[in-house]
Amino acid sequence: MENKSGNIIELKHINRVFEDGFKAVSDFNLEVKRGEFVTFLGPSGCGKTTTLRMIAGFDMPTSGDILLNGRDISKLPPNERPINTVFQRYALFPHMNIFENIAFGLKLKKMPREEIRKKVKKVLELVDLEGFEKRSVSTLSGGQQQRVAIARALVNEPEILLLDEPLGALDLKMRKEMQIELKAMHDELGITFIYVTHDQEEALTMSDKIVVMSEGKIQQIGTPEDIYNEPKNAFVADFIGESNIFNGIMTGPMKARFAGGQFTCVDDVPEGTQITAVVRPEDIELTAPQDGQIRGKVISVIFKGIHYEITVQSGRYEVIIQSTRSATVGSDVGMKVEPDGIHIMIAENHTNVFPVDMNRNHRLAFNDKEFDVSLTELIKGSRRNENHELLDESGEVIDPQKIRITAAIEPQDIRMTDDVDDEAVLVEGVISNLIYKGDHYSYVINTELGQDFIVDDEYLWNMGDSVGLILPVEKMRFTVKK
Amino acid sequence: MRFSRKTLGIPYGVFLTLFVVAPLLVLFYYAFTNGQGQFTVKNLTDFFTDPNTMGTLVYSLAIALTTTALCLLIAYPVAYILATSRLKAKSVIIMIFVMPMWINFSLRITALKEILTAIEGNLAYYPFLNSVLGMTYDFLPFMILPIYNTIVKLDVSLNEAARDLGADGRRAFLRVTLPLSVPGIVSGISMVFLPAMTNYVVLDMLYNSTYIMGSLIGSYFSAYNWHGGSMIALVLLGFICLFTLLADGGEDENARTGGALL
Repeated sequence: MENKSGNIIELKHINRVFEDGFKAVSDFNLEVKRGEFVTFLGPSGCGKTTTLRMIAGFDMPTSGDILLNGRDISKLPPNERPINTVFQRYALFPHMNIFENIAFGLKLKKMPREEIRKKVKKVLELVDLEGFEKRSVSTLSGGQQQRVAIARALVNEPEILLLDEPLGALDLKMRKEMQIELKAMHDELGITFIYVTHDQEEALTMSDKIVVMSEGKIQQIGTPEDIYNEPKNAFVADFIGESNIFNGIMTGPMKARFAGGQFTCVDDVPEGTQITAVVRPEDIELTAPQDGQIRGKVISVIFKGIHYEITVQSGRYEVIIQSTRSATVGSDVGMKVEPDGIHIMIAENHTNVFPVDMNRNHRLAFNDKEFDVSLTELIKGSRRNENHELLDESGEVIDPQKIRITAAIEPQDIRMTDDVDDEAVLVEGVISNLIYKGDHYSYVINTELGQDFIVDDEYLWNMGDSVGLILPVEKMRFTVKK
Repeated sequence: MRFSRKTLGIPYGVFLTLFVVAPLLVLFYYAFTNGQGQFTVKNLTDFFTDPNTMGTLVYSLAIALTTTALCLLIAYPVAYILATSRLKAKSVIIMIFVMPMWINFSLRITALKEILTAIEGNLAYYPFLNSVLGMTYDFLPFMILPIYNTIVKLDVSLNEAARDLGADGRRAFLRVTLPLSVPGIVSGISMVFLPAMTNYVVLDMLYNSTYIMGSLIGSYFSAYNWHGGSMIALVLLGFICLFTLLADGGEDENARTGGALL
């Protein structure tokens, strides 16, 4: 029943809205070719498991079609789909031994006993568990249980094998081994694999095609190389691999300004466009301070086995660099990026994101000005002790150095004033760029701290004007990273 | 004396000795002696030869078995539906089933008596049925709770795995959910079956004058035949032990089937 397109499964405009109104999956479109290894990648709650469950039949799309070999199966119950699943926590039947677990599907098909015995034996060889037939589930290690779960699904010779974070419960070493084995199994059997994971490395290692998801929507579909080298948006860039992401603006043909420096790039984006620039840590070269496009001070060096991870503070930006050569903490360095090391994306919306500090008084502050924000509400499980210090869940005093908090604010929520002595002014800067956007002007303000802010304002200001920025704290969104 | 954890155990030790071990020894003593204090097994042989006691045993078993079966028949679907439903008010509904237990037992049976009298006209027409109904009403929560607790703890993905491997809803239930809820069923049965053998108060209140094991023991003691009464109690205890062992053994075997079958 081969159809012309060679697609084994097609998902068309799949939407899934839960009973409480939560949109788990929105307008999901995907084509999977026979024999492909496709991975759904995204953070928890991004809808990847829900999508998988709809393919398996445990969940029904609110709207949309799921075509298997061109036939709509979205209303079929799971037992009538030629698809088998490897569950997250294996879901082996505890009241059956290994043989009975694996034979479960075959027995339901009323296959002759002798044939079942042969098939089970063969699939146990495939997963490297020869002779385990009579063992009980509880005597197996996590890795072995995982192999049984894979065998139990594969023995039914499904057209598609679904794997829901199958390696999540295994330790790192076991996981690496299983990744290689799974990939080998896929190549050997030629069955289509659809794999769900939140581990980007796992996805990059094993997949033919990766579907990056966030908040129920597909962010990008592509080969691992595409996704890594040409991320479509800041989310993908941030999620896949380590990257330095800067907001910036095009200042000329193949010229971009970001991170407080001027760079040449290879993407031809019209002048004045607001952009997001992605620079992979391995694409930044450390130079003498005067030779770099930007300069900064080394604040940490961590040896990672094959390279050093060097963090450089450049103005307000923390730049992460991977280099085979070490650097001295505290030294001044320059940083250089070749044009092809810069990936420019047109910024859809230009939220200003900037790091804020927790100061000595254990209050949130930026540019030495305290915010009227409750840190105990911001940091889950925290509370203050009698010295007004902030304690975490375990009751330890939180070290301001060890917590990273970023604030985000929309360009239209920032106000500019020429009265720089105004109490409300958070930071001063100079207008370095302006573009007319039809109904408002979009300004780039270089601040004295090296942090650029994008501000939308309906009034015309001049290039080079010194302005004070007023950022209403109630419009800021804070995120905490430890 | 140094205070240690063991010190905390002393009151319990005293309690157990006074109220469990000592009475058991007294029971043994009376069961195996006659009025003159001499050792005898006559009480035991009497138990198994006296048509009266044997008849009571059979009648008790009949009541207990029917009650247990009826409880299981009602409780399993209720527990299953509640445990697998997505209802937010699950625990409230379970509470409603359990709530009658908070109302005085004799009041409940009296109420039931009035209802049954209204339906049947005279309770004397169906003494067996009435007793079974009374006991079922009384013991139902003890069957629902353990089964509900077992099913609610089952991993949903087990049932999904069965569906995924080609089982329709019915087969997934029969081959996965039901076998895995056996421990709940076993503890439900042991909570209902044994009390149903002896709870003669229900029979008394529903005007069923036939003896069951509980009333039989009571009658021996009111006739000052402590030796015979003790023996009946001891035999009953033997039954309970036997049943519990069987139930535990069954569970063990369940755990072991992995190695044993095929």
